Amino acid sequence: MPDQVGKFLAAPMPRSHTWLNSVNAWLLLLPAALLLVAFTHYPVIATIYHSFFIANRSGNAVFVGLDNYRAMLEDSIFWKVLFNNFWFAIGTVPTSIALALLMAVWVNRNIRGRALLRLAYFTPTVLPMIAVANIWLFFYTPDYGLLDQLRGIFGLPGWNWLGDPRTVMGCLIVMVIWKEAGFFMIFYLAALQQLSPDLEEAAAVEGAGRWYTFRRITFPLLMPTTLFVAINAVINSFKLVDHLVIMTKGGPSNASSLLLYYIYEVAFTFQDSAYAATLTVVLLIILSTLALMKFGYLDRRVHYQ
Amino acid sequence: MRIFGRIILAAAITTLAILPRPASAVDLTMYYPVAVGGAVTKIIDDLVDRFQKENPDIKVTAVYAGNYTDTMTKAMTAMKGGQPPQLSVLLSTDVFTLIDENAIVPIEDLVADKAWLKEFYPAFMANGQINGKTWSIPFQRSTIVLYWNKDAFKEAGLDPEKAPASWDEMTEIAKKLVKKDPSGNVTRWGVEIPTTGYAYWMLQALAIENGQKLMNDAGNEVYLTAPKTVAALNYWVDLSRKHGVMPTGTIDWATLRTDFLEGKTAMMWHTTGNLTAVKDGAKFNFGVAMLPSKERRGSPTGGGNLYIFKGASPEQQKAAVKFVLWMTAPERAAEWSIKTGYVAVTPAAYKTSAMESYAKSFPAATVARDQLVHAVAELSVHENGRIYKFVNDAVQGAVTGAQKPDEALAAAQQQADRVLRAYK
Repeated sequence: MPDQVGKFLAAPMPRSHTWLNSVNAWLLLLPAALLLVAFTHYPVIATIYHSFFIANRSGNAVFVGLDNYRAMLEDSIFWKVLFNNFWFAIGTVPTSIALALLMAVWVNRNIRGRALLRLAYFTPTVLPMIAVANIWLFFYTPDYGLLDQLRGIFGLPGWNWLGDPRTVMGCLIVMVIWKEAGFFMIFYLAALQQLSPDLEEAAAVEGAGRWYTFRRITFPLLMPTTLFVAINAVINSFKLVDHLVIMTKGGPSNASSLLLYYIYEVAFTFQDSAYAATLTVVLLIILSTLALMKFGYLDRRVHYQ
Repeated sequence: MRIFGRIILAAAITTLAILPRPASAVDLTMYYPVAVGGAVTKIIDDLVDRFQKENPDIKVTAVYAGNYTDTMTKAMTAMKGGQPPQLSVLLSTDVFTLIDENAIVPIEDLVADKAWLKEFYPAFMANGQINGKTWSIPFQRSTIVLYWNKDAFKEAGLDPEKAPASWDEMTEIAKKLVKKDPSGNVTRWGVEIPTTGYAYWMLQALAIENGQKLMNDAGNEVYLTAPKTVAALNYWVDLSRKHGVMPTGTIDWATLRTDFLEGKTAMMWHTTGNLTAVKDGAKFNFGVAMLPSKERRGSPTGGGNLYIFKGASPEQQKAAVKFVLWMTAPERAAEWSIKTGYVAVTPAAYKTSAMESYAKSFPAATVARDQLVHAVAELSVHENGRIYKFVNDAVQGAVTGAQKPDEALAAAQQQADRVLRAYK
């Protein structure tokens, strides 16, 4: 566009004009750039810098090189929470995406009470995580919680859902899926409404079944949305920790702890900012790898309309 | 990152709340935790209001800051942000960390009349006295006691007036108290000992009873792999896994009181700080007893002390001392004990008429106090927050069956040794 404008205004575009133009552009970018530098780039660099020091209680920082990283590799809790985070992502991401797609396809059709149904699916997303965690805490309470009362009807014994390392992660995964799926549904719904109805009609004329149409036409066309949602879901699985504060505090014995929650504990409960910085660097690496994967690799492989 | 944001926001709001005030009055901000049931924030607000009426030149803002860990986190974060509270109720055991952080001042340096410090129960002063200095004043202090449901005892054919006095007795009695429905599901457990939040505290109680100290006076050693500590955890785990009198998995500190009040368990180990909440909520007769013994009776002391922060100005520190003196005066200590169940911190409080008549009508009110002669200072070392996590993780690993007790404690000991190495 600027090139074309330039052509129309004819050749004698003064040098100062281009200069002014770029100043103008930079000025427009400045507010956003300042905010980004102050609240994103500077903290990132400071975090990496601090991870090479040990700050003792009196506030003096001593350069220790990679010692913090070496300690981290020996820290069994670090490995445990990293592993937990991995399972948490595996547990929440595919299921919530599949569920979101299913719900979106369902409420995209012309059925009675469609608006109400959409609202119902979206409600968990609107609730704050703290409220959600408190509701589900009641569901999972042993003996007199909702879940155990239901089990009681069938004569099953109470189960200590959040107090057993074998079930605690599953319980949290179910809750997060419930909370996240509605949010992703909105993206799928928006994408579905962009699809031309001609395609479906054409497929119907050709005699394609509904499953075949979905598999070969609708789903591939939704690929950009799926990618966007998938990346967001994975990132969320590293960012969501509010529920741990309410429900388990990472217990029992770190069975439900996640990387970010451990960082919080190290930084604020143990007041060990150096080690917290080291752990944060790991989180940064994971998240930026995901972002790079999206922008550098997957974007090129996904079929855009 | 949301949590970080929230803490910053909370700090900002606190800052805003402190700033715009007339300069004439001395402003004090106090953080305090609540770890028991009942309307504790109301009681604190009421006390603060009355103090302010008597001392119009001092303005106290009491901020409820969550449980003990949350309150310590908040105080430390506020301090590093340059806005420390002037005083706080924090675990008496946070003293090493607070000294290491250079956060607090010794009380001796602030009071003219040092005889005041001798008025408190020595057991409650133990945690706060390091290197010959007193760093905090006891406030909401406790020991662990055994609550038992007399109606359940009667129903099981046991003497409802007699609580178990030894570990073996507790196991046997608990077995009789377990109730099952026709399909074999347990509807009432024999005994529950909480394993979230303050699991280290309960482990210490068992270790003391088994004749084992958990830490040294210098606060740089813990004894988690001592055979008697391991035996203590073994007994605890056996209650659920071998004898089937306690639920498996973790038992939540906060909901245990409800379990007891709902009749889901016939006995529980909990802080005496919950006594009034249990008394108000119980629809059955209940009793309170000292913890049973193995080699000896015993419980760690527990609960929170009042600390005065270094960041406060001299006027603020003076005002803070005035407030602490007022809060711990015999009448207030008695009132606080009656309203919550915490042990009143001075013997004088038990000689007030309010306390005497209350104890007469409700003898359970003095059990925790009487237990003080058997009490031992609570686990308190450098890097306390970290060490507590290691011990809590070990206990949880053991009661959930994820680890054997000795393996869990060995891992915790190893982690603790690594952290404490720096303080030797």
